[in-house]
Amino acid sequence: MIVADRKSLPEILAMVEDHKKILIAGCKGCVTVCNVGGLKEVEILSSSMKIARKKQGNGIDIDIKVLERQCDTEYVAGISDIVNDYDAVISLACGVGPQFLSEMYTDQIFYPGVNTTFFGGATRHGVWEERCAGCGTCAIHNFGGLCPIARCAKSLMNGPCGGSSKGICEVNKDTECIWDAIVRKKMEQGKLEDLMGVKGIKNWKTARHGGPRRSIREELVQGNI
Amino acid sequence: MRLSYPADIKIIQVPCTGRVDILHLLNAIEDGADGVYVAGCLEGECHYREGNLKARKKVEYVKRTLTELGIEPERIQMYNLSSAQGARFAQIANEMVDTIRELGPTPVKTSPAA
Repeated sequence: MIVADRKSLPEILAMVEDHKKILIAGCKGCVTVCNVGGLKEVEILSSSMKIARKKQGNGIDIDIKVLERQCDTEYVAGISDIVNDYDAVISLACGVGPQFLSEMYTDQIFYPGVNTTFFGGATRHGVWEERCAGCGTCAIHNFGGLCPIARCAKSLMNGPCGGSSKGICEVNKDTECIWDAIVRKKMEQGKLEDLMGVKGIKNWKTARHGGPRRSIREELVQGNI
Repeated sequence: MRLSYPADIKIIQVPCTGRVDILHLLNAIEDGADGVYVAGCLEGECHYREGNLKARKKVEYVKRTLTELGIEPERIQMYNLSSAQGARFAQIANEMVDTIRELGPTPVKTSPAA
């Protein structure tokens, strides 16, 4: 899923300091799963902001709405009858949400309430880690199912580098050297020879390096299935 | 025992402090409460195993939120006592009222309503 962190309260409050009536729009997708933009978090943000504004003597009206998803126009269209009742909207969805909202409702102002960070998963309650860099050409089967693009600080296709020490990456002592893990796994499987060949230069054209990407499924576009 | 405690306190009963939510605490502050405290069972003696431990974490979360908003975190407290400690209950009530009196009225209430 897409993982995000909520922006700080002072940052969010500063964004809407000139507004008197706002909507906070949550999303039932990834940001609900990573506990940053679902119903609960929307309610907490709303209450916290009301407390702050009352303290300033500058009250604010806040309504809340949690969309099924903010990355599908059919759900974004679900607030068409209320969206212009507000001075502004804070979206707690990933970066896709406020953009889909901005594209559909061109007269309204949308603020991002979260910082979208990475594609990952929860390794334990409250801890999320990056697992995918969205490079567009998945090859994790070559590396024991562990992605060196997302999980090596240098995205090395041939590793480990000289900065690997006792299984830890030189960039951060809390970061596992994924190449150390890849080599250990292959050794345990008795398949170390899989890593002997030099991996060729990766074609980054399918990653962001080729510009914004688009995925077209013709059969769906034509409505055949 | 017929112990007295300050009339400033409004008691809201819950089956277990594990039922207390972050929003309950925030909404109380939002609506003008000068302070809120949660009185849970002694740690290690929760009938539901860890309701009081979870309540403490929620209280700590709200303390951090209030700090971020420039409001004294002491306005939210967590206490642990058993149902047999009537004298301690009255003592805690007095402690909390003293703490709030020192802090003064909530800065949230003194502002014009939204």
